[in-house]
Amino acid sequence: MSSAQTNEIKGAPLRKPPAITQIFASKLVSIVLYFVIVSGIAYGSFVGAQSMGYNWQWYRVPQFLYTYTEEGFELGVIFYGLQQTLLLSLTAFILATVLGLIVALLRLSGLVVGTAVAIGFLELIRNIPLLVLLYLFYYVLGPIFGFDRYTASVLCLAVFHSALISEILRAGINAVPQGQWEGATSIGMTKAQTYRYIILPQSIKFMLPPMTGEVVHLVKSSAIVSVIAVAELTTIGRNIISDTYMSFEIWFTIAIVYMVVTLILSVGVSYLEKKYEVDN
Amino acid sequence: MTTETPIISVEHLDKFYGTFHALKDINISVNQGERVVICGPSGSGKSTLIRCFNGLENHNSGKLVIDGIEVFEGSKEMRNLRQELGMVFQQFNLFPHLTVLENLTIGPMKVRKISKSAAEETARMYLERVHIPEQADKYPAQLSGGQQQRVAIARSLCMESKIMLFDEPTSALDPEMINEVLDVMVELADTGMTMVCVTHEMGFARKVADTMVFMEAGSIVEVSPPETFFTNPKSERCRMFLDQILEH
Repeated sequence: MSSAQTNEIKGAPLRKPPAITQIFASKLVSIVLYFVIVSGIAYGSFVGAQSMGYNWQWYRVPQFLYTYTEEGFELGVIFYGLQQTLLLSLTAFILATVLGLIVALLRLSGLVVGTAVAIGFLELIRNIPLLVLLYLFYYVLGPIFGFDRYTASVLCLAVFHSALISEILRAGINAVPQGQWEGATSIGMTKAQTYRYIILPQSIKFMLPPMTGEVVHLVKSSAIVSVIAVAELTTIGRNIISDTYMSFEIWFTIAIVYMVVTLILSVGVSYLEKKYEVDN
Repeated sequence: MTTETPIISVEHLDKFYGTFHALKDINISVNQGERVVICGPSGSGKSTLIRCFNGLENHNSGKLVIDGIEVFEGSKEMRNLRQELGMVFQQFNLFPHLTVLENLTIGPMKVRKISKSAAEETARMYLERVHIPEQADKYPAQLSGGQQQRVAIARSLCMESKIMLFDEPTSALDPEMINEVLDVMVELADTGMTMVCVTHEMGFARKVADTMVFMEAGSIVEVSPPETFFTNPKSERCRMFLDQILEH
């Protein structure tokens, strides 16, 4: 095939979609539409707040984010809360992953007992609301086993998310073709070696996207521990409001802080995903 | 050339998938250094039989002894045995997240606990043997099917296996790549390796086989040396099969 042939288009061009479709599909119209809707909602809430006589005091918010005095720059109490939230989430996530891996491996073990225990655990956790689970951990298991509110919240979050994480891990492990097991078995690898060197490294790329979702979910659901007054972002927000009565400003601020954190997480992981794609 | 000590001996082996009788009363023995080619129509149990040899499938009754080790489900010695048995699959089953060299060294390093440098040296030697030393640092997906299958053969050889099992090694390959794999297998046969090969490549079978086995519907129908197998098969069914595939 010569280059002249490939460059020359002989067929008639295809018909364009109808004009109305083209207008709605264009970027400019979408952006304009987006801003109209968003500003409509923002204006609506502002007017609503105005009509109930709400006294906006945004100028008082920055002091909770940071202070800048002669002694220097200092992060505010909201960042202390954020730090606690991240610490709580990280601890819970690590525990949840370990527990989730155990549950997933039990379920995949092929042992009747293992599968039964795993399914029992999953059904139990998945069918109890997170808030009730937290109360169980704090008011029931806490006194029995003698752990404090912080431990109760970490354990509760870890157990709740381990059920979800174990399903993600199981799906990722099952997504690796059966032939990989056979290849590894045929060169004499044990089950543990096969998991460690062959199966798990390959399942990471299947697990990363849903795991990101799970981390974001965990950071958000960690807010629930504010009901047992564990010091974290949401609790700090409640405390500030009880001191200042600025519920609108503070809740907006807290929401934005959560959003920024989870967005950073998502962006970071999508970068990781691309990297794994390139490697394979 | 072959000595008379059976390295694989199968007696009255039966295998069921649920109620389906996949292998029926299989009796066969393979001597050290013998090259056996198993052929037969699809679904005749050829692959199942060869997969029973290294325990990827478990037989339900009968006796299967390989290199003095009895094969049965849950046997503690299976891992040692698998190191003696190289297996080459139709779909290669290379590890896509590892380079060619890592594919070859991971078995010796993790299973046989050989040092990295020694494992790499052996790996490069076998890559040389299968004529692709220059591909060592690539990933399997960057190679052609024929090259991937040769890597798979090298991976088994790196375990210093005594017996090589081939499960339709050329069936998933483009026609123009079949010969490069068969050439490597012929060279391997020339070294005196014990080989059990499920294949439809009758030219290859004629060239290397000491014994031809024909299977149908889970049973061994015919076992004979290639000279009589190709010219004067005993069973009618085997004659029909050969007519079908040798027509072209």
